[in-house]
Amino acid sequence: MPKLTIDGIEIEVEPGTSILQACEQLGIEIPRFCYHERLSVPANCRMCLVEMERAPKPVAACAMPCGDGMVVKTNTDLVHKARKGVMEFLLINHPLDCPICDQGGECDLQDQAMAYGFDRGRYGENKRAVQDKYMGPLIRTEMTRCIHCTRCIRFVNEIAGVPDLGAVNRGEHMEITTFVEKAIGSELSGNLADVCPVGALLSKPYAFTARPWELRKTETVDVLDAVGSNIRVDTRGPEVMRVLPRVNEDVNEEWIADKTRFAYDGLKRQRLDRPYVRKDGKLLPATWAEAFQAIAAKVKGVPGNRIAAIAGDLADTESMLALKELMVGLGAANIDCRQDGAVFDASSRAGYLFNSGIAGIERADVILLVGTNPRWEATIVNARIRKRYLMGGLKVAVIGEARELTYPYSHLGTGAGALRQLVDGTHAFADVLRGAKNPMVILGAGAFRRKDGAAVQAAVRKLAETFNVVQDGWNGFNVLHTAASRVGGLDIGFLPGEGGRGTAGIVEGAGKGEIDVVYLLGADEIDTAALGKAFVVYQGHHGDKGAHRADVILPGAAYTEKNAIYVNTEGRPQQARLATFPPGEAREDWKILRALSEQLGHKLPYDSLAQLRRRLAEVNPVFAAVGTVTPSPWASFGAEGLIEDSPFFSTVANYYMTDPISRASVTMARCAETFVKPAESAQERTGTHG
Amino acid sequence: MSAPAHDPAKEPASFAFTPENLERAKSIIAKYPAGKQASACMPLLDLAQRQNDGWLPRVAMDAVADLLGMPRIRVYEVATFYTMYNKTPVGKHVIQVCTTTPCWLRGSDDIVHTCERKLGIGVGETTADGQFTLREVECSGACVNAPVVQIGDDYYEDVSPEHMETIIDALKGGEIPKHGSQIGRQSSEPVGGPTTLKAFTTTAD
Repeated sequence: MPKLTIDGIEIEVEPGTSILQACEQLGIEIPRFCYHERLSVPANCRMCLVEMERAPKPVAACAMPCGDGMVVKTNTDLVHKARKGVMEFLLINHPLDCPICDQGGECDLQDQAMAYGFDRGRYGENKRAVQDKYMGPLIRTEMTRCIHCTRCIRFVNEIAGVPDLGAVNRGEHMEITTFVEKAIGSELSGNLADVCPVGALLSKPYAFTARPWELRKTETVDVLDAVGSNIRVDTRGPEVMRVLPRVNEDVNEEWIADKTRFAYDGLKRQRLDRPYVRKDGKLLPATWAEAFQAIAAKVKGVPGNRIAAIAGDLADTESMLALKELMVGLGAANIDCRQDGAVFDASSRAGYLFNSGIAGIERADVILLVGTNPRWEATIVNARIRKRYLMGGLKVAVIGEARELTYPYSHLGTGAGALRQLVDGTHAFADVLRGAKNPMVILGAGAFRRKDGAAVQAAVRKLAETFNVVQDGWNGFNVLHTAASRVGGLDIGFLPGEGGRGTAGIVEGAGKGEIDVVYLLGADEIDTAALGKAFVVYQGHHGDKGAHRADVILPGAAYTEKNAIYVNTEGRPQQARLATFPPGEAREDWKILRALSEQLGHKLPYDSLAQLRRRLAEVNPVFAAVGTVTPSPWASFGAEGLIEDSPFFSTVANYYMTDPISRASVTMARCAETFVKPAESAQERTGTHG
Repeated sequence: MSAPAHDPAKEPASFAFTPENLERAKSIIAKYPAGKQASACMPLLDLAQRQNDGWLPRVAMDAVADLLGMPRIRVYEVATFYTMYNKTPVGKHVIQVCTTTPCWLRGSDDIVHTCERKLGIGVGETTADGQFTLREVECSGACVNAPVVQIGDDYYEDVSPEHMETIIDALKGGEIPKHGSQIGRQSSEPVGGPTTLKAFTTTAD
């Protein structure tokens, strides 16, 4: 453990710590552009120069490992002069266009120029100008502002795993480019705007719309996949202007996926901002009272077994609990939160969670992916697997579709055959699993979206028990959900009660006329055309498929417009917070259900969110510890049975359009046009499609 | 300044190594340990350039990248970094006149002018018949025999404007003139023969 002195303070650090990191431990700020704690260290910006005794000249703190007995000074005249020199060179070719630059106000170069900039320019020649590059529908470039820190190149190479960016030419002519005018084919590309320390790479949809100091920042969580990425929503008045990541080492580190970041324009389109009631086949605007009356008139007198409710993928836990308890009040057992028709046994919590945690991926040494394409289903989880892969010594195998995942894997098969062989131990990969210290299985939602889902679950449980996937201090049995509401719904038991029907049964029953009233809580991904003559109430925020079929529409709030709890795929309850108010007459979802319950004569026993949250914690104690994962004991789950040989498919066919918000987003539509369509048509051409 | 390094209009549609060159490429790759085949990037780019009339179209860089299993952008980075890879078509003979200080003091300006006059093109241009490309380059590393002109792989040293004319005429006539010193110097011995240690020199002639 080297011991060194920095600015007169003695510090002992782990071997391999750089001087910059040691300074950070002491709270000493070192300016930097190229250094990023999650990327490799190139030491090319030279901004972090510090003085070191017995060194002939200033050293770059980011790349100099701490040595025993070093004496470092970070606040001397020499250091200041050296950094001022570096800054002056950086500014030689940097345009002074801060007033029209989107990065203005949150720019590393601008901030550090305040401390190290010269009060005038001494460079009399022409500044260089660089042609802007096309990098797809998400990233706007202003390459003249680039200071060649190469963070973007390192990010796409290391984190995103899509080596599309590079630096061509040299010296003064060096340029960051894709060379062939292509879009960055990564679902993490939005992070480029964050890693860029200047205004060279910017968010295209956000361009010229706001200044950072005008924005109100709300810390919340994302619901467009089941990862529960921690985000910050920046709003100006009633409008969401942008979404940025927040650091949470256990979940998303500091990255977020493109859908999380850029789907927010969907929040402004196709919104349901007032109740509607269908009269003579047409949906007409109505008041809340009229809408409630229409529902009450229909529901009164209908026996409970002819009423059903389905919760969609974006529903929050509180409203699902309120809806469940309302349904219980009405005597209805036909409720389901698995609108995709997934079949699995939810009796044991460990049977449907990502038990190891997302951070646990870094401890795994063998990962088996079953029926999942994590790159599209949970981009952040995929990035974690890639991070683990880069640490070395990881073996990945896939049963299901063979997609490009940004790390190498062995493809064991597409269907259940390979899984069965693995369980039997007859497959060659079984030996690899047997030799692993911390083996991990990631079971995708696609493995459950089939009739024999529970049998697949049981087979993987058996596999987990055979191959030490579950051991003392390690549980590598992981289910990767794609819906933000799913785990919350399962945790409160939003599942068919005794004799109740599941999603498929409800749709079928409604079609046959056995169910009269269907309550859709933001459920759009069901076959709404098959609901027959049933009276459909749709509570949600977007005029999507569910609303089109509805007889009464109750306008709810989107995830940025309510205080609510979502549980991610790890089983981590997290709080979403209200950043803007719901539009028009739309209301927070639990309030709608509470008001409706009174009209229906089954008043729910909570008048405030606090009371509802208390009830939530009563129903399941995991909700008492928001933000943390309550470990779940291992138990037997699943239903042993025959698994069909049909191949596993990922549940996400188009990453950019998975829910009502992203389907309403213009940005996401552009992305689908750019990234998904060409890939699909290319597949058709080569004949490997489907 | 920042126009793309290649002109798509002149890009060939595809590039593939000839069977002989593919063999050579494989023997070059075999020089490096398994898994480190990216080390063969530069010699392979050179091979591709030689096969493709002295210049590297993008498809050739792609072919090298695919052969070596490298991301294509990594190969573009290498190819654009080095000036000896030509990213645009060049003439059959690339005349590179060194104009850095020692050559300049020894009259390289006259050489450039001679070339310009004789070929009817300016520096950086190619003749209409596609025979000659004229370039000024920084130090060729043969200052002792300044002024120096590099044509293809050969160095022509101690060049005078008259020599330059003869060389160009010879090239036009399809011959390859004798390279090395044009005034008959042995490597970099003094002009007019040795001046010291005469007793020890073996008479070459």
